[in-house]
Amino acid sequence: MSVTLKVNGKSHTVDADGSTPLLYILRNDLGLQGPRFGCGLGQCGACTVIMNGVATRSCIIPASAAKGEIMTLEGLARNGTLHPVQQAWIDEQVPQCGFCQNGQIMTAKALLDKNPKPTDAQIREGMKGVLCRCMTYYRIQAAIKRAVKTIPAKGGAA
Amino acid sequence: MTPMTGIPKHVEATLSRRNLLKTAGMLVVSFAGGDPREANAQTSTGPYPEVDFHQLDSWIVIHEDNTATFYVGKTDCGQGTGTSFRQIMADELDVAYEKTSLIMGSTDITVDQGGSGGSTAMERESWPMRRVAAEARRVLLQMGSDRLGVAVDRLAVSDGIITVKSDPSKSVTYGQLIGGKKFNVTLTGSSSYATTGRAAVKPVQELKNVGLSPQRYDIPAKVDGSLKWAVDVRLPGMVHARNVKPPFAGAKLVSIDESSVSRLPGFVKVVTKGNYVAVVCEREEQAINAARALKVKWEKPAMAPFPSSENLFQYMREVRPTSSSKPSVTGDPDTVFASAPKVIEADYDVPFQGHTAISPAHAMADPSNGQMTIYSNDMKSYGMRRGVADFLGMPRENVRVVWMEGPQGFGRTAADDAGCEAAYLAKEIGRPVRVQWMRDEETAWDTKAPAFAVRLKGALDAAGNLVAFDYDARAADYNHVGYNEPDTVLIAQLMGIRRAKPADGNAATPSELYAIPNRRLATHVVSLPLIWETPLRTGNLRDPNGPQSAFASESFIDELAAAAKADPFEFRLKLLTSSQAEDSGFKRARSIAVLKAATEAYGWDHRPSPKSRRTGDVLTGRGIAYGVRGQTVVAEVAEVEVNVRTGHVWVKRLVAAHDCGLVINPESLRHTVECAMLHSLSRTLHEEVQFDSEKVTSVDWNSHPTLTHADVPEQIQVVLVNGDPNPNRPDLPPYGAGEAACKPMLAAIGNAIYDATGVRLRRIPFRAPRVLSALRDSHA
Repeated sequence: MSVTLKVNGKSHTVDADGSTPLLYILRNDLGLQGPRFGCGLGQCGACTVIMNGVATRSCIIPASAAKGEIMTLEGLARNGTLHPVQQAWIDEQVPQCGFCQNGQIMTAKALLDKNPKPTDAQIREGMKGVLCRCMTYYRIQAAIKRAVKTIPAKGGAA
Repeated sequence: MTPMTGIPKHVEATLSRRNLLKTAGMLVVSFAGGDPREANAQTSTGPYPEVDFHQLDSWIVIHEDNTATFYVGKTDCGQGTGTSFRQIMADELDVAYEKTSLIMGSTDITVDQGGSGGSTAMERESWPMRRVAAEARRVLLQMGSDRLGVAVDRLAVSDGIITVKSDPSKSVTYGQLIGGKKFNVTLTGSSSYATTGRAAVKPVQELKNVGLSPQRYDIPAKVDGSLKWAVDVRLPGMVHARNVKPPFAGAKLVSIDESSVSRLPGFVKVVTKGNYVAVVCEREEQAINAARALKVKWEKPAMAPFPSSENLFQYMREVRPTSSSKPSVTGDPDTVFASAPKVIEADYDVPFQGHTAISPAHAMADPSNGQMTIYSNDMKSYGMRRGVADFLGMPRENVRVVWMEGPQGFGRTAADDAGCEAAYLAKEIGRPVRVQWMRDEETAWDTKAPAFAVRLKGALDAAGNLVAFDYDARAADYNHVGYNEPDTVLIAQLMGIRRAKPADGNAATPSELYAIPNRRLATHVVSLPLIWETPLRTGNLRDPNGPQSAFASESFIDELAAAAKADPFEFRLKLLTSSQAEDSGFKRARSIAVLKAATEAYGWDHRPSPKSRRTGDVLTGRGIAYGVRGQTVVAEVAEVEVNVRTGHVWVKRLVAAHDCGLVINPESLRHTVECAMLHSLSRTLHEEVQFDSEKVTSVDWNSHPTLTHADVPEQIQVVLVNGDPNPNRPDLPPYGAGEAACKPMLAAIGNAIYDATGVRLRRIPFRAPRVLSALRDSHA
């Protein structure tokens, strides 16, 4: 059996069962280890990728259902320049251990793509499903607010 | 075949060398390419001898490009200790911070400094690191003197360049003097901690990087996805394993139907011994599926392994302790209690709380060529090396642990299980094995902080002074596990290995320095019926036992303040200022300073608790508590909003005033203190391991909730009371900073809830239904 995936702009065909959660294909077959196993239940968010613009838990979606464009943490930087969310994460010195930060960054990126000027309440609501056991939440929220100021407006509108 | 990926650079060289020597039997492994250090392998029977702490070359390497690499036998669990070591060592060596790098915790190339634990990285280990860096500077200056033909006292050194003071055109760099070559300097000292050369360390005032906040070097790779973690290592020929845990605590394995999985794709083997069962497959998802599908027959134990979590505290109070400390008694509390005008009593309960790391336990073990390499995030990698060697009966020289980054575990990996399991399975299978626990396994079976049941009694005189205090704590901590010991690690227990005498365990007494004239402090350890192979095995969780003990004592001090109709801050201050006794670390004076600093930063309103006016659905209040961990003192103020209709508690604002002596990296410290407070906030509001009388029922993030983004305070303020070296105490050394801020938080929140509502919560966690029921009871 084989599975074809489009990840970070490249197409890959992998010899694996289609029921395999996307996470294991990304990590073990494609060597994209930004997304990480935390619970395998879709509860913590450590495995988050962006699929067709939506933050998606790769630990519970079968690879055969992963149709369309998938972006992992490794695909976020452009031509060696970090995404403004990533830069804000460094500027605010967000991580402690850093293990969950893939999910935090990818979820924040998808959140800001949809809502470039979220309120504090929208940030809390949008991020509350992504867990951090080092408890870096306060800095994560500060970094999102910082990124809001640095992300260029799209298409010159508004 | 899986290509080799995710291996640290310093290990790659040894692996490629091993491949070259594959047929040569036992290997002689040299240090990584370009590294002038050489192992003492010539005299060793195995490839991974202990790194000799008496050799300067074991600690510091100067490269030809005038950069330096430091080798530190500690591990950084995410609090930035690596950056701090670089700062303080760069200062002693006189090189620019940017020109340094650091390798931590891999047992074959760094001196055994114990890995991490107890927040001792800077407090203890900055001293040998400073001394070896100072010695390297001394040796280099002597070499510079010889090279330039000028006496040492006529030389200056800055950023790794030695110049002649009178003629700065004459200079030589460290790299030119020794780059790529060995120091060959022998150090003295009876242990790695005591290691020293002849050079003295610099006075604190001359440390230029200390007190600055360079950004943590590990963060960019954690943000761009390039960092390789212990979970990421992939080796040629590797297989994946998953454990099958007993479904009931204390269950006995009866039989395994291997045919239930033997035809599944990728199946390699079922490995079992005693009650330990693992399934090994070629691919990860195959191992997960096979472990789920494996049909195993278990027999329930004859006796219930533990009471249910609902009945835990009653059980703990009634059962005969396994051990009791000799009470520490001041004055004559019994007589005072008998005659005091006001005596109050209260019971405080803290349940078992898990480490519940964001990633379950994991490790990769490579058994090739008769050696064993374990890629692990074990915070005490040296302990794991000894434990694995002894468990497998291998010479220690044949075992190494390559430490890599992992999820913050706050002590979970001090008693890591997966490393021993991976090594055992790798030896059985003869191929590299990667083990990872599943979420339910980790949440149910990780090590737990012991549950506490504390009974308190206090007496006030007619003027409202605290004249007698009785603290009696029981901790469910019997057979507390050690550090990767071959007879306490879970796989060993499941295989039926028993140490002769289980560890006694510990309770804790209050850390506060209050002067109370009549006082009795007593502690007891109690045991649950099942002590081996239990998911309720206790281990060290961040400031072990401190938060439980402080929740009881610092909440009860607040009860006494309220009974005395005194402001809770002023009540504490009086207990500290009524003594003049001083201690080596000025802890009493520093306790007063942090309490004052926290209340000042918060804008404390001086009045007794609770608030007199309470109207509306959302009540607000503020609470204070303080604690001491080692020589570090911290006071915290919490401001809460309590919704009396739902029982929901939001901690809106937190202030900490923190004094850990000399601060190496203030920003990094602030971040650590922030996160420590939030970790205890999570323990206060959410965390409890629940179980019925057969098994742990907390198995995931729904059944064992943790703090989320929705809970985060609006404002967190950290005041570093000794943020820069105090001119009046210039030589106050660095003290531990990783855990102290955890201690007072539980009580500070409980005290704030009391201030807001007039209701005292004495049982952790403060989940909404419990808060609501306490609010209703108070109105009944």
